Amino acid sequence: MAVAIIGVGHTKFGNRRDVNVPELAWEAMKQAFDSANVEQKDVDFFVVGTAGLWSSEAAVPPLMAEYAKLGVGSMRVEAACATGSAAIRVGYTAIESGEADVVLVLGVEKMQESTNPTVIEIIGRFGSYFWEFENFGLTFPAYYALHATAYMAKYGATEEDFARVAVKNHYYGAKNPNAQFQKEITLETALNSPYIAWPFKLYDCSPITDGAAAVVLASEEKVKEWGIEEKVWILSQGVGTGTANLSKRESFTSLKSAAFAAELAYKKAGIDIDAPYKQLDGANVHDCFTAAEIIAYEDLRFAKRGEGVELIRNEQTYIGGRIPVNLDGGLKAKGHPIGATGVSQAVEAYKQLLSKAEAGRQAEIKNGRWLTHNVGGTGHYSYVTIYSLEKR
Amino acid sequence: MEEFKKAVERNIAEYGFPVALDEKTGAMQWVDMRKLELSYLICIDNIAPFFEGMREGKLLTTKCKKCGELFFPPQKDCPNCRVSEMEWVELKKEGVLETLTVVFVRPPSFAMHDPYTVAIAKLDDGVKITAWLRGDPRKVKPGQRVRVEISRRKEGYLMYELVPIEG
Ligand SMILES: [Zn+2]
Repeated sequence: MAVAIIGVGHTKFGNRRDVNVPELAWEAMKQAFDSANVEQKDVDFFVVGTAGLWSSEAAVPPLMAEYAKLGVGSMRVEAACATGSAAIRVGYTAIESGEADVVLVLGVEKMQESTNPTVIEIIGRFGSYFWEFENFGLTFPAYYALHATAYMAKYGATEEDFARVAVKNHYYGAKNPNAQFQKEITLETALNSPYIAWPFKLYDCSPITDGAAAVVLASEEKVKEWGIEEKVWILSQGVGTGTANLSKRESFTSLKSAAFAAELAYKKAGIDIDAPYKQLDGANVHDCFTAAEIIAYEDLRFAKRGEGVELIRNEQTYIGGRIPVNLDGGLKAKGHPIGATGVSQAVEAYKQLLSKAEAGRQAEIKNGRWLTHNVGGTGHYSYVTIYSLEKR
Repeated sequence: MEEFKKAVERNIAEYGFPVALDEKTGAMQWVDMRKLELSYLICIDNIAPFFEGMREGKLLTTKCKKCGELFFPPQKDCPNCRVSEMEWVELKKEGVLETLTVVFVRPPSFAMHDPYTVAIAKLDDGVKITAWLRGDPRKVKPGQRVRVEISRRKEGYLMYELVPIEG
């Protein structure tokens, strides 16, 4: 049973201390219900992606059942920074298996209910607790910095190359009214920012963000029954899992789980694995840190190993290049509310494919396919999803 | 958070509630009164020889008696053979640096430490190890030979660290 996104909702990302958790979640849910033109009673099941710990409310599904009047089954999902995509997977498989016809998927995170040092403390613990955090104090930027250093040493990339990713993503973030940072930056600004975890500086890192995003998923049957015209199909999804410890991995210039997920997603969607970008109109990749975006180009086979850095140097991931990437500003400029990010990527895929993105950040839609790449932890969970105007 | 705390003290007395206004949005926040202190009890009983070894300056780990796989970090069970018959073997404490980073922005629980270098090295036995790297990080890069040393940290307990081999 084919599954489509029939409605989307997305809050402004950033400091959202103007609302509490259910108020923030409802902002996205209301938009999703409105745009799908469905009532709460049409929903068979709902999934909430939220990583939590930094925010007060842990039982978000019941909280939203109460606040939004949803009386059906639910599930809370957590997969670190890939929580949102994991939530989509639950909804997608529930419909694909015939268990449900209409599923609401919500991703919500209020990270700024805690102070920055507390959030840094909590995220560091998303690695392998005992062997990485307890004794060596790895932080999230540091886990990815270990990859950046390895990539620099192996392929000759520089800190300036990484800064180019920040410049691109801020360029598009400036055009996204929901982005945390709606401001373009120069290469100098990025390069002159203070070190967080060498070689990463402040502008190499995604921020601490509040935000929510929601999608309404429906079965092919419901799409037909309701005569829904504005929709985007989930063509395929690949999922991979990496080791807890980085020290158990062969390479630090690739995330094996992401390459694995990509291969699965391409095969299932019938996309040529040797040049997948030729069959896609664009992508959202998990740029929690600048170097992660370059490594993603390679794991997703947009470039050969070691050549991902050329894509950013030659502006091949801007609109008009080989494949436009992160036209919503990415995690870097749009912000990264952990549980909402994967759902936000799905919202962006919907907007791009239906040509609903804001001026200056709309890709040309020729193939009718968009890819999202969402990575949780230090490559612990990888989700690659292909969205399409046409169903398989 | 300090500004919030001051405002809260004042507001409890003057306004009647533990509230404060957010600087950026001006929105009123209830500043949670229930502080949580987290500290886990992590079982190391089944890998106790690892810690015994460190006390003697050795880096020990487990090797499956049946299939011979070497595990680091040490683990109780071999998933290949589904047995728990492991032998403890001593690792050669030398290897090659694969990657490193310098952590400038530290978690609050590491605030007593200056910025520290975390590195991953591949030991000559074939397993990789993550640890702090001693010395000036600007003088080393991937490919550098390193050795493992066991020493007391600022917190007073023993831990392994990586040290560049000169020359
Ligand atoms: Zn074995």
